[in-house]
Amino acid sequence: MKSFLKLLTLLLITNLIVSCSNDDDNTPPPPVNEEEVITTMTITFTPAGGGTAVELKTQDLDGDGPNPPVVTISGPFASNTTYTGAVEFLNELEDPAEDITEEVQAEGLEHQVFFTVTNSLGTVTYNDMDTDGNPIGLDITFQTIDTGTAVDGDITVTLRHEPNKDAAGVSDGDITNAGGETDIEETFTPVTVE
Amino acid sequence: MKHCIATIAVFIFGFSAIGQTCKLNLSGKIQDFHNGEPIVNATIYNKTTDSYTTSDLEGNFNINDLCKGIYQLSISHISCETKVVEIDLQDDLYKVVYLEHHVEELETVNVEGASVSKETDTGQETIIRKDYIDNNSSASLGDVIKQVSGVSSINTGNEIVKPVINGLHSSRIVILNNGVRLENQEWGIEHAPNIDINSANSISVIKGSSALAYSSDAIGGTIILEPKNIAIIDTLFGKTIMGYQSNGRGFNVNSSLAKNFDSGWYLNGNLGYKQNGDLKAPDYYLNNTGAQNLSGSFQSGYKSFEKGFEVYFSYIDSELGILSSSHIGNTADLVNAINSDEPLINEPFSYDINAPKQDVSHLLAKARGYMRFKSFGKVTFQYDYQNNHRYEFDKRVGNDRDKAAVDLRLQTHSVKGDVKVDKLGRYLINFGLSGRFQDNFANPDTGVRRLIPDYTKYDLGAYFILKANISEQFIGDFGVRYDLNHIDAYKYYYISRWEERGYDDDFSDIIIDEVGIQYLTNPVFTYNNFAVSTGLLFDINENHDIKFNYSLSSRPPNPSELFSDGLHHSAARIELGDLRLGKETSNRFGLSYLFNNNKFNITLDSYFNRVNDFIFLKPIGTEETNRGAFPVWEYTKTDANLIGLDANIDYYLNKAISFNVKTSYIYGQNLDEDLPLIDMPSFRLDTAVSYSKKEWNAFNASLNYVFVAEQNRYPDYNFETYIPTTDSYELVDISTPPPAYNLFNFQADMTFNVFKKSKLNVLARVDNIFNTSYREYLNRLRYFADDTGRNITIQLQLNY
Repeated sequence: MKSFLKLLTLLLITNLIVSCSNDDDNTPPPPVNEEEVITTMTITFTPAGGGTAVELKTQDLDGDGPNPPVVTISGPFASNTTYTGAVEFLNELEDPAEDITEEVQAEGLEHQVFFTVTNSLGTVTYNDMDTDGNPIGLDITFQTIDTGTAVDGDITVTLRHEPNKDAAGVSDGDITNAGGETDIEETFTPVTVE
Repeated sequence: MKHCIATIAVFIFGFSAIGQTCKLNLSGKIQDFHNGEPIVNATIYNKTTDSYTTSDLEGNFNINDLCKGIYQLSISHISCETKVVEIDLQDDLYKVVYLEHHVEELETVNVEGASVSKETDTGQETIIRKDYIDNNSSASLGDVIKQVSGVSSINTGNEIVKPVINGLHSSRIVILNNGVRLENQEWGIEHAPNIDINSANSISVIKGSSALAYSSDAIGGTIILEPKNIAIIDTLFGKTIMGYQSNGRGFNVNSSLAKNFDSGWYLNGNLGYKQNGDLKAPDYYLNNTGAQNLSGSFQSGYKSFEKGFEVYFSYIDSELGILSSSHIGNTADLVNAINSDEPLINEPFSYDINAPKQDVSHLLAKARGYMRFKSFGKVTFQYDYQNNHRYEFDKRVGNDRDKAAVDLRLQTHSVKGDVKVDKLGRYLINFGLSGRFQDNFANPDTGVRRLIPDYTKYDLGAYFILKANISEQFIGDFGVRYDLNHIDAYKYYYISRWEERGYDDDFSDIIIDEVGIQYLTNPVFTYNNFAVSTGLLFDINENHDIKFNYSLSSRPPNPSELFSDGLHHSAARIELGDLRLGKETSNRFGLSYLFNNNKFNITLDSYFNRVNDFIFLKPIGTEETNRGAFPVWEYTKTDANLIGLDANIDYYLNKAISFNVKTSYIYGQNLDEDLPLIDMPSFRLDTAVSYSKKEWNAFNASLNYVFVAEQNRYPDYNFETYIPTTDSYELVDISTPPPAYNLFNFQADMTFNVFKKSKLNVLARVDNIFNTSYREYLNRLRYFADDTGRNITIQLQLNY
């Protein structure tokens, strides 16, 4: 019994020493920069026959922090014009910025970008496909309507992780039945075609 | 002492005194070990001469005309332990013999039917016994203690089950496993207690904070898991339980083995494994709800009445899948999930566990020693160490795919010294000191900002408890406890968040560095907690008892309430802690009535719990991110009332048929805003009719009906959100509770004698007989899917 109590005391003392030395080692932990946050999404629309490109961009440099994203629309689209759209995702919390587009491309089976256009501003068709032959949506064509006067509408761009690409309408770009998890979503408004 | 009839038998061995004068005198006194009081009217039996003598009113005895020699006195005591004393008689001798009289705990019990004593006299305490635990061997702690009326659970699916006692859960409940306070990051709703019920022999549920020997912050209650009492006899026994569950195609096996020696040494251990695949709601599989669980414990030591020590280890590792369809990215996804009748992911059955999932291990090591001192009491010293390692895996992409999103390691060292003084007759005094050091390490390699920051924490506690057997009819108790908590954390804040919280005004002095867009801060807080518990048990007559208990307790804010600042994925909301939060304080009054006769057994527990500065999450607005708008929920405080009644009624119609009714109702009110409190359990009625027939191999059957009402008292935290894909605003109905539901369950078991000394118990159970679709208000996955459907369990239990 006595030897046991001695053992216990020894254990305790050792432990306190260990605990205290842990405490002395009071160096602050390193920061964590969010690795796979998409801070920035840019869609660059280049007209097929030459002309002014249009850039839609959203940037939220504090991630889930309180500051709202900064949304910019570089200018109006031209009427009855075919644009090629290229989507880029960046994580600008890392230095240098991490290009997440490549990951989305590499894991195309699990990702799809959806474009929801209101007020019949134009139609979006997918130019790329994953290994199953379904669209990914990083490379698209945007055909604007033929209009004499300026028309305003919205374009919502959504990146879904693990959507059900086989559900009705999904491979045609309809998000309604896609399911999955939203990685980034922004509504650009107003977008003008003139 | 006066009620105890002591018998002292004296056996004489080794008669070596041939031819000597047999005129020696052996006299002495029989005294109570605890308080030195004489043991009256003891009978002393001399086997050789076949003669008797008895101790007188002072406990004195006298044996004349003995020869020289060695005498072994074997002293037995009805309902107490036999004591053997060896005496080498060379001359006249006066000897005081101490006998132990069990004042507060039955230290020696039979191997079978081990007795269990309550922790409190005046508290609202219920004990769940081993047979119930064994019958539910594959269940979680949270599900098992729902057996107690007034206890429910808050769930994330079926595997993550947190106990709720009288409406309170998480940090407001203290769980003790073999005398060790469980430290396992218990703050979050999706953090289930890391504990295996199979190592427990009894589970005691104490409502409110009356168990001051353990903590001062158990505002909701204390759950105490106790291992089997060790018998000081030569014995070897074991048990194996195997079960199969149809829902989830699960199986479980648990085996335990114990060896005791009459010298007082003992060792025992148990090992268990269980696994299940995707559970099934009546209409679909709940994808990714599989689970795996490995657990074991080992206990060894030496035990005697006067001294003893013990070492104890337990380990548990759980891997738990979380319903795939509950992982959502933004508010629009949540709206989709709520508006959809079925989960958006619907795949066939699988045992695979994919992200999102949790992998949590918990190691506990404990050493304890005690000594009893004559005419004083018992002194116990304990050291324990716990290592809790929690990984949470999210759906991630690229190189981070298999990397945990949360990686927290919480290590805790505790020491405790406890003194029980039992020499004072009607009074029992218990006091002690405890100290705890805790270190939380949040691994930065996750590539995700820390959910809980790195911190170290110290706690120092001191308590004093007095129990008084005032008269035959009254028992009173009074306890005080003081705890000092000190927390020292390193926490990174986004500068934008720091300013939004207004911390730049109040806490600018704790910033120690600026790294990119973040501040590194060093919050240090100290809290003083004072607790009181006092009560009275009035034993009116053999049928009626009344208990009253008052307790004051306080709880400092936990790390989640202080430091949270980020998106909670599965809830699709931003949760913000508040460094300004102080401790919450509870004043709880409990009044119980107990009735007992040969037909009825009734317990009514009523309570009024006023919690000042009650900490809870409340929506305060929305914030835009590039995933859309998220509601922001902030930890804030209010004064709250929790008032309720729990009832348990047993009625024995005859030897075979009995009825049981359990019901509970709680009224929770947020007084500052005059709103109902969120997440309060709804009215519940649980009835059972049982039939037992001993002659048919101890046949038991019971049919159980459960009614759970819709919770009509809830705060309306619904809000509208813009859905860009449909260009419309939709209501996000996160508040409306699901409708009432009815469930029927059936269970039957029989016990057979097998082999020579073994018993085999065969049990079959059907839960949710009619495969009813329902959702439970306190299940966080109710937005996404129905609860589980019918489940058939077959279980074999072999005792050997």
